[in-house]
Amino acid sequence: MFYREAGVFKTSYAADMALYPLPVSRWGMGVALALLAVIVPLVASAYVLTILNLILVAVVGAIGLNILTGCTGQISIGQGAFMAVGAYTAANLIVRLHAPFWITLPAAGAMTALVGTIVGIPSLRIKGLYLTIATLAAQFIIEWLINHVTWISGGIQATIQMPPPVIFGYQIHTQAEFYVFLLAFAVLATVAAKNLIRSRWGRAFIAVRDQDIAAELIGINIFHTKLISFAISSFYAGVAGALYSYYLGIANYEQFQIDVSIDYLAMIIIGGLGSITGSILGAAFITLLPVVTRRVLEAVGGMFSAGIDVSGMLPELRLILFGTLIIVFLMAEPEGLDRLWRNVRNYFRTWPFSY
Amino acid sequence: MFDWSFTLVLVCNGLLVGMMYALIALGFVLVYKATEAFNFAQGEFVMFGGFIAAAAATIVSFWLAALIAVAGMIVFCFGLERVVLRQLLGRPVIAVIMATIGVAAVLRGAATLGFGAGTRALNMPVPDTPFFLGPVMLPPIDLVGAAASLVFFAVFTWFFLYTRVGLAMRAVADNQQVASAMGIDVRRYAALAWAATGIVSALGGVIWGALLGVDNQLALVGLKVFPVVILGGFESIAGAIAGGLIVGVTESLSAGYLDPLVGGGTKDFTPYLLMIAMLMVRPYGLFGKGRIQRV
Repeated sequence: MFYREAGVFKTSYAADMALYPLPVSRWGMGVALALLAVIVPLVASAYVLTILNLILVAVVGAIGLNILTGCTGQISIGQGAFMAVGAYTAANLIVRLHAPFWITLPAAGAMTALVGTIVGIPSLRIKGLYLTIATLAAQFIIEWLINHVTWISGGIQATIQMPPPVIFGYQIHTQAEFYVFLLAFAVLATVAAKNLIRSRWGRAFIAVRDQDIAAELIGINIFHTKLISFAISSFYAGVAGALYSYYLGIANYEQFQIDVSIDYLAMIIIGGLGSITGSILGAAFITLLPVVTRRVLEAVGGMFSAGIDVSGMLPELRLILFGTLIIVFLMAEPEGLDRLWRNVRNYFRTWPFSY
Repeated sequence: MFDWSFTLVLVCNGLLVGMMYALIALGFVLVYKATEAFNFAQGEFVMFGGFIAAAAATIVSFWLAALIAVAGMIVFCFGLERVVLRQLLGRPVIAVIMATIGVAAVLRGAATLGFGAGTRALNMPVPDTPFFLGPVMLPPIDLVGAAASLVFFAVFTWFFLYTRVGLAMRAVADNQQVASAMGIDVRRYAALAWAATGIVSALGGVIWGALLGVDNQLALVGLKVFPVVILGGFESIAGAIAGGLIVGVTESLSAGYLDPLVGGGTKDFTPYLLMIAMLMVRPYGLFGKGRIQRV
C-alpha cells in the first residue's frame, strides 16, 4: 500500500546500507516510535501498561537468545539462568554499593556475558545437541548456586529487594514511567541487534550456523565466533534480567527457572529464528498468550449458566495451548510470525498491480 | 574414620536407582538411534505412563494396569510419530527439540487436567519388608524395579542382535539412506522405535510411580536422562546402563556426603557436573562413536 521502492535511488554506499533505506519506512518507523513513546503511556490503562512492560522486557531477552540460537545456531536452554545472573548482579550492586542503575545495568550485562562465555567454552569441542545439554546443565547449576550461596542470594528465600531506578534524580514509580524506561532499552536493544547482524560478526554468526566447517574454511574462527555470540547473547539476557528485577522490585530466582528458558525458546521459534522483528513479535505473542487465554476462557465459561470455574484449569490450558502452538508453528510455518509479516508486506508491496 | 558400610549402602541404593534411570534412558536411546530425534519429552512420557497405570489400577489389578499403560503409551507414541514427528524429518535439530518440548508441555497440561493435580498412589503388590544384605537394606520395590530394567535390557539386546526387525532397526540407525536403498522402510522402523520408547516409558512410569507416587513431579525423572545418555553415549544401549548406574551412584553419594556440607539439593546437579566433565573429555560418551562430519 504505502510501501514503495520505486523512485528511491541510492547514490551512496551509506544510503544503500542504511537500516531503513526507504524514506517511507523511515518515516513510518519514526511515527510508530513516537506513538509508542508518547501516545501509548498517556492513553493506556495501568493494566495494559503492565502487559506492555512485560513484553518489553521479553523483547530484550528474546533478541538476546535469537542472536545465539537463531543467528549462530547454538541452541541454549539456559536463558532463564543467564537472566538470573543479571538480576542478582544488579541487586547485589544496589544493596552493597548503592550503585545507580546506569552502573548496575551494564555491570549485570557484563557479568552475565562472562558467565555466558564460560558456559560457551565447551563449544570448543562439542556442538549441536551436546551443547544444548551443556546449557541445560548451566541452567541447573546456576539456579542451585544462586539458591544456596547466601552471599549471592541474600539469604532468606533468595530474594533481594530492589529500589526503583533513579534517572537524573527522578525516581521511577508508575507503570507509565516504567513503560518509557523499558521502551528506551527495548529500542536500544533492537537497533543494536539489527546493526550487529549486518556487521562482520553478525555475518560470521550466520556462516557458523549455516555450515560451520565451511565457515572455518573461509577463515572464520569458529570458537571465537561462538564465544562472542554467547557473550553478546548473555549480555542481553543479563540486561533483560536486571530490567525485569527492577520492574518487579525484587530479584528472585523463581522468576528465572527452566520454564522461562523454554518460554524464550518458544518466543524465537514462534517469532522466527534469526529475525529481530520475529523476536519482538514472538515476545509479544508468548507474553500475551496467558492473558488472552484467560480472557477467552472467562468469556466461554460465562456463557454457561452454571458458570464453570475455568480459573482452576487456566495453567493447564495455557500449557496445552503453548505446546500445541509451538508444534503447529514448527509444522505449518517454520519461519514463524516474521515470515507471515513479510508475506503480508510483500503482498502489499505491489498491490494492487501485482503482475 | 571413613564409614565403609555407609558408603556401601549409598552405592547399593545408587545402583538400584541407576538401573531404573537406565530404563528411562533406554527409551531415549531407542528413538535417537533410529531417528536421530532428541526427545525432551521423555520425562513426560514416563509421567503419562504412570498416570494411565494409576488410573487403571483403581479398577483392575496392578499387573493388568501396567499392561494397559504399556498399550496406551504404544498407541500414543505411534500417533505422535505419525502426526508430528514424521513431518519434521530432515528439518534442523532445533525443530525436533522444540517439537518434543511442545509435546512435553501438552502432556503436562493434559495429565493435570485429565487426572487431577493430586498425587495418586500406585501400589506394587510386593512385600514391604526390606531385604538385608549385610549392613545394606534393600527395599523390595527398588529390587523389582531394577530387576525389571535388567530383564528389559536383556530383551532389547536380544531383539536388536537376533531378530530381523532388530537388524533392520540397527541398519536404519546406522545410515538411513543406505538402509532404504536396501529395501527397508525407514519410516516404518522410526514408528516402531517410537513404539518401543512408549513401552519403556510406560514401564518406567509404573516403576517410578510405584516408588514415588504418581503426580506431575514424576516428569522430573526425565531430567536425569540427559546426564545418563551423555555419559553413556547417545546411541548405545550398553551406554544407557553404564550412564544410569554412574548417575545413580553419583547422586546417592552426593546426597550422602555433600548434602550435609552445603545444605541439600546437590544430587540434582552433581550428575550434570559429571556430564560436563565428560563433555570436555569425551563428548560422545563412554560407548558412543565419534562422528566424522563432511561438508
